Amino acid sequence: MANEQQNNHLVIEGELTIYTVTELKDKFLGGLLTNDELELNLSEVSEIDGAGLQLLVMAKQSAIALNKTLLITGHSPVVAELLDLSGLSVFFGDPLLMVHQSKLKGELL
Amino acid sequence: MTPDIPDEYLQTFVIECRELLEQMEQALLIVEQHPEDPEIINAIFRAAHTIKGTAGLFGIDYIVGFTHVAESVLDCVRSGEILINSALAALLIEVHDHLGVLVNHVDEGTLPTDEVERSRQRLIAQLKTYLDEPIVQNRSVDMPAIISKSKLDKVQGDMVQTDYWHISLRFGLEVFRNGMDPFSFVRYLSTIGQVIQLVTIIDTIPSADKMDPESCYLGFEISFDSDADKITIENIFNFVRDDCLIHILPPHSKVSEYKHLILDLPEQEMRLGEILVKCGSLTPTELERILRIQAGHDEEDSPRPAIGEVLLEQRMVAPPLIEAALERQKQIKDTKKADANLIRVDADKLDALINLVGELIIAGAGINLIAKREKTADLIQSTATLSRLVEEVRNSALALRMVQIGATFNRFQRVVRDVSKELGKEVELVISGAETELDKTVVEKIGDPLTHLVRNSMDHGIESADVRFARGKPAKGTLQLSAYHDAGSIVIEVSDDGGGLNKAKILSKAVERGLVAEGENLTDKEIYNLIFQAGFSTADNVSNLSGRGVGMDVVRRNIQALRGTVDLDSVEGQGSTVRIRLPLTLAIIDGFMVGVGNATYVIPLDIVVECIELKAWASDEGDGKYINLRGEVLPYRRLRDHFGIKSEMVQRENMVVVRYGEHKAGLVVDKLMGEFQTVIKPPGKLFQGEKSIGGFTILGSGEVALILDVPGLMGLIEQEKT
Repeated sequence: MANEQQNNHLVIEGELTIYTVTELKDKFLGGLLTNDELELNLSEVSEIDGAGLQLLVMAKQSAIALNKTLLITGHSPVVAELLDLSGLSVFFGDPLLMVHQSKLKGELL
Repeated sequence: MTPDIPDEYLQTFVIECRELLEQMEQALLIVEQHPEDPEIINAIFRAAHTIKGTAGLFGIDYIVGFTHVAESVLDCVRSGEILINSALAALLIEVHDHLGVLVNHVDEGTLPTDEVERSRQRLIAQLKTYLDEPIVQNRSVDMPAIISKSKLDKVQGDMVQTDYWHISLRFGLEVFRNGMDPFSFVRYLSTIGQVIQLVTIIDTIPSADKMDPESCYLGFEISFDSDADKITIENIFNFVRDDCLIHILPPHSKVSEYKHLILDLPEQEMRLGEILVKCGSLTPTELERILRIQAGHDEEDSPRPAIGEVLLEQRMVAPPLIEAALERQKQIKDTKKADANLIRVDADKLDALINLVGELIIAGAGINLIAKREKTADLIQSTATLSRLVEEVRNSALALRMVQIGATFNRFQRVVRDVSKELGKEVELVISGAETELDKTVVEKIGDPLTHLVRNSMDHGIESADVRFARGKPAKGTLQLSAYHDAGSIVIEVSDDGGGLNKAKILSKAVERGLVAEGENLTDKEIYNLIFQAGFSTADNVSNLSGRGVGMDVVRRNIQALRGTVDLDSVEGQGSTVRIRLPLTLAIIDGFMVGVGNATYVIPLDIVVECIELKAWASDEGDGKYINLRGEVLPYRRLRDHFGIKSEMVQRENMVVVRYGEHKAGLVVDKLMGEFQTVIKPPGKLFQGEKSIGGFTILGSGEVALILDVPGLMGLIEQEKT
């Protein structure tokens, strides 16, 4: 699921769902602990659900708490769709492709 | 196509859908007769609606799309825009069947085939002819007056301004683990309206070390535009209702409702207020007012008002409607309660339990025997108590397997309807004794023979309308299915008011087939029962329903396999009745033990009428074949002779009088040994040709006793009579 190409660049492949979140949580946290800046590449994510999204939120919050940077890149269509649906894209603050302009303002969340 | 759903949930979904489809079918079958009854139409609508809703939750789009069109048509029926007639009812039955096929696909985890797809397109096209306009969305038409009323209220000061619903959701921790995705609800919401704004609440996600990634910490605040009614929206969340916080506020709710919402939710007030403003559900001024009220009147926050008050407060419904709504709520609650009292149990587990109880009975009998031999008073007393308890356990274990026959009978509404369409005859099905209970295994196996009998009666029994008219009968034929208990067995009757059997025709056919010799004297009954012989059919025309001559003998074989019997009564020109007699249970019976020589036999207690001493009644020293029992001629038989037992004759022979159906007979034995709980073990292959033995059982002493198959034995006695 997660290929560690470089230490600070994680490519997530396949599912980002309830079935994989437990394993991915450790990956994410491990990546955050050893790097000041971690990039999650989601371009190969074929499926994402609420649990997956929730895990991303957790990772982002942990990064903020640790005063580190978490970047989410290469949103696959399913990821982009869910971020749009949830209105959370602003929360992550990453540049997104193919996403409608969110109606939310960022500072609230 | 079918997303990852844990099997058990999918299974529940399939079972629920099948139940709903069954209810729908029953309602569809009676709706033609009562096109004005709103309850029946509502039942059909509700079934379709719930199927659509749950399928939506699981993301089974092919069911949602199809059901949606049907639901729209039903909605128009419900509102009186479309009148239900037989053409529409027939179409809806096809819709029902198609849904059944789709649910089967879900069950098997396969996708609909092209053929299914084609019939789906055809049905959708047919359904759409009932709808004037193309279907855009699920319009609820049952509360238009109220919606317009609330629009009028917009100007009033204590209402919030928004035209949209506000839905507030906080999901329970277990939601993911239960196979649900919160976002599927959002996706489903957009099928019945438009999600105007959605804020995902992530505040409760704990810090990394405390967070269980498989628990759900999410929540939503949703501003939602839809014409659906509150029940419809609420039903979407049926699957998660128990462990989730759900608030649904209709458009133009009172400001105070939002206050309640803010108080009820776990997040901090200010933060929530801002979210609600972001959602567009509250204007900043409204929020400010709420928070002000909040600060000033904390004590005013009394316990939750009664549901009716809430409805009024929310301006959901006009007062006259509340009573009806409350009544319906109560009904829903009641059915829920009834549901909660039922547990689904695997039939195999029940069988295992029954087997164990069987072993327990045998073991108990062994202890009884030892107690009697040892002659210890205390032991005898305890074993007596034990036996009584074991007997109770046995009865309740067997009762677990008992089901009412009504569900089986009701299925024939459909059969009768289809067959009468096919044959162009009008036939009404009358059901009686639907609450009669019998063993589940028996119920399962009786379906096919009954179907055959019902079809047979309709095809050959009931005449066409003009013949009936000529004979002075009502044009509409009547078919009756009834069930009742009689002497330890259950009797199921299939009767019709048709032409009855033609004796001459049967007899000539039987002679032709060599089943009886020419000139043989047969009673009416014997002639009628010839039709149960293999390869017998008197129908002039072979239809595709029946008449090929396979059938009645299969019916009889099936019933005999259940240790039952079947016979037939008929009055020419007036109709015929097929009577099936089945044992109540297949596993354990109360037996009556008798001894002949050294052997022990068991007679099912239910059919024992009385025990008499042979010498007291037999005038001819017991060598004849009949005795005169209080003026009644009673055939009898010595078991000693029948089983060829060679042992000393006893001084006083006893006779057990048994009754099966309308026949009585006497069985002469050496000893009467009393009641005995008997676990029936099926006889081995060697005994299959032996008609007088129904099985065997193991006695407490470890000895084997044969269980008499009394119907079989009586058949032999009857044969010897002639």
